Amino acid sequence: MIEKKITLGKIVLFIILTLGALIILFPIFWMVSTALKSAPEVAQYPPTLLPEEPLWENFAIAWQKAPFTQYTINTLIIVFFTIIGGVFSNSLVAYGFAKIDFKGKKLLFKVVLATMMIPGFITLVPQYVIFSKIGWVDTYLPLIVPAFCANAFHIFMMRQFYRTIPNELIEAAKVDGAGHFYIWGKLIMPLVKPVLATVALINFKGAWGDFQGPLLYLSDRAKYTLQLGLQVFKGEGYTQWNYLMAISFLSMIPILILFFCFQNYFIQGMNTSGAVK
Amino acid sequence: MFSKVLGKLGIKTNQGRETFYGYIFILPWLIGLLCFTLGPMIFSFITSFADYNMRSIEFTGLDNYIYMFTKDQLFGKSFMNTLVYSLMNIPLVTIGGVIVAVLLNKTIFGLRTFRTIYYLPSIMVGVGTYFLWMLLLDPANGLVNAALSVIGIDGPAWLTDPNWTKPAIVLMHLWGLGGQMLLYLARLQSIPNDYYEAASLDGANAFHKFIKITVPLISPIIFYNLVIGIIGSFQVFQEGYIFSGNGSGSPAGSLLFYNLLVWNNAFKNFDTGYANAMCWFLFAVVMILTVIVQKSQKKWVYYEEGDNDD
Repeated sequence: MIEKKITLGKIVLFIILTLGALIILFPIFWMVSTALKSAPEVAQYPPTLLPEEPLWENFAIAWQKAPFTQYTINTLIIVFFTIIGGVFSNSLVAYGFAKIDFKGKKLLFKVVLATMMIPGFITLVPQYVIFSKIGWVDTYLPLIVPAFCANAFHIFMMRQFYRTIPNELIEAAKVDGAGHFYIWGKLIMPLVKPVLATVALINFKGAWGDFQGPLLYLSDRAKYTLQLGLQVFKGEGYTQWNYLMAISFLSMIPILILFFCFQNYFIQGMNTSGAVK
Repeated sequence: MFSKVLGKLGIKTNQGRETFYGYIFILPWLIGLLCFTLGPMIFSFITSFADYNMRSIEFTGLDNYIYMFTKDQLFGKSFMNTLVYSLMNIPLVTIGGVIVAVLLNKTIFGLRTFRTIYYLPSIMVGVGTYFLWMLLLDPANGLVNAALSVIGIDGPAWLTDPNWTKPAIVLMHLWGLGGQMLLYLARLQSIPNDYYEAASLDGANAFHKFIKITVPLISPIIFYNLVIGIIGSFQVFQEGYIFSGNGSGSPAGSLLFYNLLVWNNAFKNFDTGYANAMCWFLFAVVMILTVIVQKSQKKWVYYEEGDNDD
């Protein structure tokens, strides 16, 4: 009796999940399908599900409509330094909070947690004033330098991970005469590679998809990032949806590839950061 | 490396050395705290009492705040826009996340694939997703309305109808709720099956089990998402900027969110002092809401032993 009931329930569940999955995947499918259509076909009503004849050259044409290669290079520069800064600073700070006993640690860690609650806009405006006074506006520095100063969420996430490493290991190294920097660099870093990868990926995702930062700080067109270039491209009354979808899809390919290669690291990061209390 | 410095500072005890190293390790964060958080906040607070345009400053007392509450109509409008949006977005995305997580916590054929698919939209970052949704929500030949017409519903004009712009954003966020879902899922996986089996023996049905076992056990995550959700939701900016095309908040100012108005005041009108005053008001509102949620957690958030061992 019970066995049968479960099986029926499972079939219903499977159907619901499949429907949900189709609803989720359909927009992505639609993006690619639209990208491959000709302009008249995009405007056609009712819309066609698949392009009559897939125009693969749309991707190349769209890419040439604006200096997207330049935008991609610019974005990668910012992404690269953001990752370096994020991984280095967060692992250093997290080690300090997880493995060193210093005066004021408890209080300062509470400050770390409290800063998670501060709405970003309250610092955005004065930060802009500061960066403009020191001449950093229209450079990549305002987008890169803060990454070298660690991030409360990532500190928390890494600290959780560091705490799983037994203190005995560190004590033993100390007895052998190792200092904290040696322990951090040679002993701990190799052990926490997964969480380093997670932080790197989160930083990649953040910097790659960032729109607000570049919008505020970059005005020279040659310095635009991909996201900013996309928005400006669209803003110029460019409603050729096939090309717009082609570019939009291309702009997501790097993150999609990373996701499918390192899915576990993405998921792990979400899980540990969710343990915040 | 630092032994000479330590000697000069007269630090000889083990505890002293640990403290010294502790501060060296957290130095990047400390610098960031001072330069990018506390410093700017103090500066922002001071200039919120001034007529400040990034060049000249003239202190005007409470004028900014008085103007905000008595004269600025856009302030009220943008605040209501943000509030209405938040009241839709936070509950719906939270409930949606919980439901999907519960469904994905069963053992079923293709589970891994399902989890990947449901999580997928939340990694599709950037303005491309917004454009995609503009296309999908097109009133004339958008896919959403085409799908609605199949089941006999005459779909709204979404992003061009002021009443439907906010639901349109919420719809997009529901599509991307995989990030939240994952947090619930991680928690659900740690619930021992015994709980459910014991409840079954007592004759509990699926709904009872969900309300009495599942919800209490994931309530800390719901609480966390609520707090983060309030902070995030009240700061909605990008959606308004991109969907209105140029940051104007059109149609009919329905996408003029609070932070979009802050942005326009700070970086377009160069009324920086006023923008800062607006930020502090929002900060106060978010803090009050956070405190209310914190206070309420005794009533509904269930912490297992060992949850608070920090």
